[in-house]
Amino acid sequence: MKQIAVLGMPNTGKSTLFNRMTGANANIGNWPGITVDLMMAKVKFGSEVAEMIDLPGIYDLRGFSEDEKVVQNFLENNAINLILMVLNATQLDRQISLALQVKFLGLPTVLLLNMADEASQFGVKLEVDKIAQHLGFPVIPISAKYGDGYEDALGKISEVLSHQENPVLVESFASRFANDQQITEEMARLLQDAVHIPEEMEENLTTKIDRVLLHPFWGLPIFFASMFLMFQIVYAIGTPLQEVMNNGFELLKSRIFEPILTGIPAFAQGFLLDGIYTGITTVLAFIPVILLFFVCMAIIEDSGYLSRSAFLMDALMAKLGLDGRSFVMSLMGFGCNVPAIMGTRVMRSPGLRMLSMLVIPFSLCSARLNVFIFMTTALFNPYIAPFVLFSLYLLSFVAAISTAALFKGQFQNQEPFVLELPPYRFPTVKQMILRSWSEVKHFIRWSNRFIIFGVIAIWGLNNFPMGVTPASAESFSGMIGHITQPVLAPIGINSQLAVALIFGFIAKEIVLGGLAVIYGKSDDTELMGAIAQQVDWVQAYSFMLFTLLYTPCLSTVAVLKTESKKVSFAILSVFWSLALAWISSFIFYQIARRLGF
Amino acid sequence: MLKVHLGQLQPGEVATIALIEAEEGLRQRLHALGFRVTRPVKMIRRAWCNGPLHVRIGSTEVMLRTRDAQEIHIKDICTGVS
Repeated sequence: MKQIAVLGMPNTGKSTLFNRMTGANANIGNWPGITVDLMMAKVKFGSEVAEMIDLPGIYDLRGFSEDEKVVQNFLENNAINLILMVLNATQLDRQISLALQVKFLGLPTVLLLNMADEASQFGVKLEVDKIAQHLGFPVIPISAKYGDGYEDALGKISEVLSHQENPVLVESFASRFANDQQITEEMARLLQDAVHIPEEMEENLTTKIDRVLLHPFWGLPIFFASMFLMFQIVYAIGTPLQEVMNNGFELLKSRIFEPILTGIPAFAQGFLLDGIYTGITTVLAFIPVILLFFVCMAIIEDSGYLSRSAFLMDALMAKLGLDGRSFVMSLMGFGCNVPAIMGTRVMRSPGLRMLSMLVIPFSLCSARLNVFIFMTTALFNPYIAPFVLFSLYLLSFVAAISTAALFKGQFQNQEPFVLELPPYRFPTVKQMILRSWSEVKHFIRWSNRFIIFGVIAIWGLNNFPMGVTPASAESFSGMIGHITQPVLAPIGINSQLAVALIFGFIAKEIVLGGLAVIYGKSDDTELMGAIAQQVDWVQAYSFMLFTLLYTPCLSTVAVLKTESKKVSFAILSVFWSLALAWISSFIFYQIARRLGF
Repeated sequence: MLKVHLGQLQPGEVATIALIEAEEGLRQRLHALGFRVTRPVKMIRRAWCNGPLHVRIGSTEVMLRTRDAQEIHIKDICTGVS
């Protein structure tokens, strides 16, 4: 099958285009010469099907960052039929350098100038035919967001592809790079000839918005206020929807599953309904919350506000031995820690990368959010609950900051920090939905893989040895809970909660599904009631504090190991967070009790 | 002649890049972001607490730390129309 590599600079809408072309049906693939996963998908061009590979966005083919090395190694080790290059039409004055580098490599190429709609708004005029003449390959202006020029692009790709029978491998890669002098000269000629950019950029919407959002004094308060607002929105709209889902699952159980399963032995019925069904539906009921959360994240990220947060926070981050990118990755970690840790690949200095990776797992990810929404709703009145939740977000920042401050001596870095601030863009509704839906799909896949295992294991521990009262002190889970009490009693965590915590190490979603199974209540309101009877708010808060900080989940630990290439680093991360979790919960619980709560 | 670097530019001022003295990796990145000798660069704002600088070069806006901006020498400073 013919292969097309998609190459481009960051912030060019390369991934939006890739998703559009592949219909978001991409899978992860492994490639010779590189250790990271790349997205790939089969796409039909004219009469033939080709494989498209999404390479990471890079600035320079000779670059030194991890992402740039991935692209170099990919091109050195994989023969391809076509390079599909994506550049930002508005910023062609600088991005054309990458196209010239590709020209010198002599690979068959089609260049798409994305965001052509934005370019004309900014007064940038391009003479596409002349650019194509200079480069020696076809050039097509498009708008991946709105679809303009998309058909032309597909036609041109099919045409060029049909002439590329044999894949090309760049031989002696390094020796074929053009030197700076050559690129600079060619660039000057091309820009002079074919690209017309206004001398002074006019006052535009971005400059106006930046004047407020990046205000020297108000910038940070506005940023935190908008974060707070976002979490409030997710909570206010998400929790009622979650209740609707729960009632639906409950109805399904009483009307359909219970009648069907009446004939089978009570033990098997308990396994299916109180074990698997209860555990999974309790977690799945959170889909609306997760969807909403990711819609908000998509808006913040795609609008360009996320890179602004790097600007606002860099002064503080510098004092902690980190930089603005570490902060951005930590924010991404509030969705899921795993991609955030992989995102640190853009950093070159190992010290900076390691320190960022040590900090990211403290970001309160969506799996933990499930547990916290549940516990706060169960134990606090509706007026206080959102603030309790917000306090956990603040503590998540505090944990990250103290970790960085403590460990910055071990992870030195002198890396320069230069970051692009793209113009503000509002993502289309379609983009937002596509992105959040793919996150939700990821969440459901995850639940299937780990949560089923987790709830089955917990159900088993509750109901064995045969004949014991489920979850009583005589059951396996009761025994395990009992063993942990010397360590966990001082922080107010009883033996039932302890069992949920142990399995939460695999995936934090299990904590909640596990609680539902342990207390044998599939109905949320009943479960909340059962927990509220046994646990007071001080214990609940201590439990949440512990869940927030204790060990990253299994997938995060795995990714920490592969990204740092050090087992010792993954171990450090697990033990440090465990220690921090216990100490924090201990301090909170003991002080709260001394104060008479 | 006294050398002036980008970090000394005040918000609203425009200057021409005279020389980029950075190490290879940073120089590459600066080139890719549009920093090239003879191009004009405008200081938009400076963050609180000695934080990063916000500059515009061509149609691209970039933030960078003062430490890194010191590697970019400038000349012909003038007060641009803001």
